[in-house]
Amino acid sequence: MKVAFVLNGAAATWTGPPVTRLAAALRDDLGLTGTKVGCDAGDCGACTVLLDGRQVCACLVAVGQVEGRAVETVEGLTGGDGTLARLQKSFLAHGAAQCGICTPGMLMAAEELLRQTARPGRGEVEDALGGVLCRCTGYTKIVDAVLAATEPAPMVTPVVAPGAGAAVGARLPRVDGHAKVTGGDVFGADGIPADALWIRVVRSPHARARFTLGDLGPLRRRLAAVLTAADVPFNGFGIYPEIKDQPVLADGIVRYRGEAVLALVGERATVLSIRDDEVPIAWTVEPPVTGIDAATAAEAPLVQADRPKNLLLDGGVRHGDAAAAFAGCAAVADGVFETAFVEHAYIEPEAGWAQRVGDRIEIHVSTQTPYMDRDEIANVMQLRPESVRIVPTACGGGFGGKLDLSVQPLVGIAAWLLKRPVACVYTRPESMAATTKRHPARISAKFGCDADGKLVACDVSASFDTGAYASWGPTVANRVPVHAMGPYAVPHVRTWGEAFFTNGPPAGAFRGFGVPQAAIAHEAMMDELADKLGIDRLEFRHRNALRAGDMTATGQVLAHSAGLAQCLDALRPHWRRAHEAAVAFNDKAGVRRRGVGIGCMWYGIGNTSMSNPSRIRVGLSPAGTLTLYNGAVDIGQGSNTILTQIAADALGLPAAQFALVQGDTDLTADAGKTSASRQTFVSGRAAEGAGKDLRQQILRLANAGSDAVLSLDGGKVMVRDGAEVRTIDLATTGALVGEGTFDPPTTPLDANGQGIPYATYAFAAQMAEVEVDIELGTVKVQRIVAAHDVGKAINPTLVEGQIEGGIAQGLGLALMEEFLPGRTENLHDYLIPTIGDVPLIECILIEDREPLGPSGAKGVGEPGLVPTAPAILGAVHHATGVRARRVPLLPHRLYEAIVSLKGTGA
Amino acid sequence: MARPHAVLAGGTDFYPARVGRAIEEDVLDIGAIPVLRGISSVSSGWRLGATTTWSDLLEADLPPLFDGLKQAAREVGGRQIQNAGTLAGNLCNASPAADGVPCLLALDAEIEIASSAATRRLPLDQFIIGVRHTALAPDELVVAIHIPKPAHEVRSAFLKLGARRYLVISIAMAAATLEVADGRITAARIAVGACSAVARRLPALEAALAGTRVDGHLGDRVDRAHLAPLTPIDDARGSAGYRSEAALVLLRRLLAGFAR
Ligand SMILES: Cc1cc2nc3c(=O)[nH]c(=O)nc-3n(C[C@H](O)[C@H](O)[C@H](O)COP(=O)(O)OP(=O)(O)OC[C@H]3O[C@@H](n4cnc5c(N)ncnc54)[C@H](O)[C@@H]3O)c2cc1C
Ligand code: FES
Ligand code: FES
Repeated sequence: MKVAFVLNGAAATWTGPPVTRLAAALRDDLGLTGTKVGCDAGDCGACTVLLDGRQVCACLVAVGQVEGRAVETVEGLTGGDGTLARLQKSFLAHGAAQCGICTPGMLMAAEELLRQTARPGRGEVEDALGGVLCRCTGYTKIVDAVLAATEPAPMVTPVVAPGAGAAVGARLPRVDGHAKVTGGDVFGADGIPADALWIRVVRSPHARARFTLGDLGPLRRRLAAVLTAADVPFNGFGIYPEIKDQPVLADGIVRYRGEAVLALVGERATVLSIRDDEVPIAWTVEPPVTGIDAATAAEAPLVQADRPKNLLLDGGVRHGDAAAAFAGCAAVADGVFETAFVEHAYIEPEAGWAQRVGDRIEIHVSTQTPYMDRDEIANVMQLRPESVRIVPTACGGGFGGKLDLSVQPLVGIAAWLLKRPVACVYTRPESMAATTKRHPARISAKFGCDADGKLVACDVSASFDTGAYASWGPTVANRVPVHAMGPYAVPHVRTWGEAFFTNGPPAGAFRGFGVPQAAIAHEAMMDELADKLGIDRLEFRHRNALRAGDMTATGQVLAHSAGLAQCLDALRPHWRRAHEAAVAFNDKAGVRRRGVGIGCMWYGIGNTSMSNPSRIRVGLSPAGTLTLYNGAVDIGQGSNTILTQIAADALGLPAAQFALVQGDTDLTADAGKTSASRQTFVSGRAAEGAGKDLRQQILRLANAGSDAVLSLDGGKVMVRDGAEVRTIDLATTGALVGEGTFDPPTTPLDANGQGIPYATYAFAAQMAEVEVDIELGTVKVQRIVAAHDVGKAINPTLVEGQIEGGIAQGLGLALMEEFLPGRTENLHDYLIPTIGDVPLIECILIEDREPLGPSGAKGVGEPGLVPTAPAILGAVHHATGVRARRVPLLPHRLYEAIVSLKGTGA
Repeated sequence: MARPHAVLAGGTDFYPARVGRAIEEDVLDIGAIPVLRGISSVSSGWRLGATTTWSDLLEADLPPLFDGLKQAAREVGGRQIQNAGTLAGNLCNASPAADGVPCLLALDAEIEIASSAATRRLPLDQFIIGVRHTALAPDELVVAIHIPKPAHEVRSAFLKLGARRYLVISIAMAAATLEVADGRITAARIAVGACSAVARRLPALEAALAGTRVDGHLGDRVDRAHLAPLTPIDDARGSAGYRSEAALVLLRRLLAGFAR
């Protein structure tokens, strides 16, 4: 059928089956990939477009239904001459786009509102944008951006580009932001060549089973290839060099629901039309090992045959004599806390494509870690690393989930064998079933303090369900014992972490590597001890906060930059006000009760006791193009911008003069993974070094002193040294390249966990105000004040964005998110916070300089979410007396706890 | 129409059921059939054409009888879903958690059904007969939803409980229509959703309310025994016991709200 309609103001036609989704027609046939697809099910709103001026999900509209009507997409917002609309400018200026995958949908939803309502209030903005999910921003800056775009007169304050030397500390808009607000950014599914073959992965419907494959001949005749385990040169991958335990394609046995069994490769329509029941797989289903108790039971079947007791790894920290010290404590608190599998729920599902170029393989993919991907693909395909090129696309959110391989080996192998481009885009249910999760934890904690409220001893054991494969399990099990006593000085410590294999989805890296789970336990203990001694909960923490000069439980003396006490000082006035407000509200008896809670955290920046170097280059071409060659992938957190700011000031030229090359393993050096909050600190230091190095070279060429002022104009660098100006002609000197490297100084941990696991730590304290409906068990978080010691805020807007986004994820962890294999494998049943669930957030940035960091900066990528759940759960306890032992605290769980508390008369 | 076909209206249930696979069945798209669209007032009451969307309803000038249904419309999905999804689609999809069903039960809605051969009408409680199961024959379509004009002044309301603010499937919801004369209830129609395979009216509660004054004590008249028709289940969104309690609380609040 031929469909004629008006597309962004111009006549358009489309020919094909009328039941085709409008989103597919726009993206695949009309070339408008600004409209994003995050679920194809109406749940995420990334595909929001206007149909006759009304916002609709383009994934739910039959293209036949747009006949004769007007469709507007994000591409239509930008003026014909390329100027941004007011709304787009406002999004850019406010940092409302992080990864940017939700941005087109947000913009279109806001556009509908602003056409109907010139000056909407916050509530109207929330109603209008309620159908678009954002996993990065916590929505705060999105609401601000929409409201600001409606203000009369110079609504959007024009951003003045900072001059040379003034970039660090400035609220510079993202250097890669323009493409994010125009729909021009190319994500994993956006740049697939038209002639690419497609892969559909056939996955296990069983958590544990053996299988045999029948005759694949008939399928193979319809397809270009059907890949099985036999086609994978080295069929194992994994994060650790010595643990390659996860097959690319299962070989006769599956260990979790969603595990990849076969890859169907062919024309897109063909692979999509083949149903799973047409694929000849004979299953022998076995009872799965579900949960930690089943994995550790005496007769438990093994998940991996060579892993006795289903144990992946264990270890801990011992300092002083905790067992003995409890005897002398004035107050002791203990408890057991449990958390669930949590899904990253980035709005962009895994996507990418590969092509064989001679005897090299080139993979374009949404990833957090191009160099690790390169080495892993080389190993899986048994090629030399130099034969693999990873080109990261824009990444529509990662949060740790795009640190493991997903589509890479499948498209790589298929493209290699077939010598044609091959693409794979996960569906949302596939993304949720197949990829890693946050580790479910069971944490037993016991803390004791003296009569003055000074902590004396702690004993924490954390058991983790690491699912079917190791992934980042060892990282979690190592990191948690170091952090499990919380950001406090405790003389006697015993902590223990252990991870067990189960037939659950592989648990991997997720913002915080187990520390958010542990924080729920240690912060509950702080509340309880404070309450026992009648000390204010904030003051109790203040008394015990780690400070510069203190020794940690691993025996590390914190020489600098331990700003927890300052964070708590900053919260104190808010804390007092909130308590008074809660008391006043609760004086009126009613079914709603208010409470205030607090959570603290610390977080070691970078890998635990392991080298994690970054190398960054800054190049100046003969024509005067200044380029940051940045191997650190920006997954929305802003490293492209931050590193540019740092390099610019180190070099002494304005940030605006920088061009950017990001991630491509052929063009940039290894800057490590975007994980462990390390890019600002580690790659930032490398960028600083690169900028300084280039500056030195220029100064040397100009024979100028270190205070000289640089400027760049075309192929010439002017160097003003006092009254004298020298000009360097780059055409004569040739290209200049500055390089910087940094590897944070750490030492291994010994058998007792003693050593220097991290070069520096971030600290934070957050306060939550909640209102609980005690008849329904629902919790409304009303406000969060977050004080974070970031060392130095290189870009306060981006730092706030990380904190706000982390808070939204922390809120989800506390109140709604629980991944149940087979049951919550879509964004309909798996709930993440919407724009209406995230409260007002106030960020307070504390800058306790870290001398090792670039301009004193540390990291903030993960810390934002760690204290949030403890603060919310503490507030619920304050409001109701219920201490959550299991998260998420779903309405029925809280309700049942309130009822049983009443029953006990407490 | 010889072959079995799938009906497509707003697509908001149709497409989510077809993620990641080719759509190969024959599809009858009713989106562009003019006679199916729109809300009209007729002598016996109102006729909501089958492709009337939630947003159409919200923007229509309708009497207080429709306040509850409009409250439900505001809580369906997000704006995009309200702009595309239809009331009839909500009924035909027959989800236990369909927000439109308790409201339309409380409005005594009748469903007008047509095939190429004939038309017929069914009361809503005979139209939805199970989880994702309706009385429609393969060649039948819903053409309209009819709402009868009540005898007296009417008030109506709806309350929904979900685990987040937008885009949320109800854990439980309740709808009420009260006909009032001289400050007393002459007839009450109350329904609860997501607490049984199909949303259910609560006749005992309706009877208990008949004749009573619309005052601040209305909520107190709800008794646990009134919930007997409900058969809530445990699922990821809530336990059965919690659903019962929540239904009770929602009903009390819903009724108490009429005094305000
Ligand atoms: C993100 C999201 C959020 C949602 N939130 C809610 C919510 O909060 N509450 C809620 O109740 N629902 C919700 N829904 C479900 C859905 O939006 C509603 O049920 C909607 O009203 C369905 O209408 P439709 O026109 O889109 O139906 P369609 O998808 O077009 O059709 C639904 C079904 O009914 C059949 N059908 C439709 N019209 C007819 C007809 N006239 N005659 C015969 N058969 C017909 C179709 O064949 C199909 O099986 C949500 C859906 C999504 C995607
Ligand atoms: S892709 Fe359309 S709503 Fe998610
Ligand atoms: S910026 Fe919204 S999802 Fe990433």
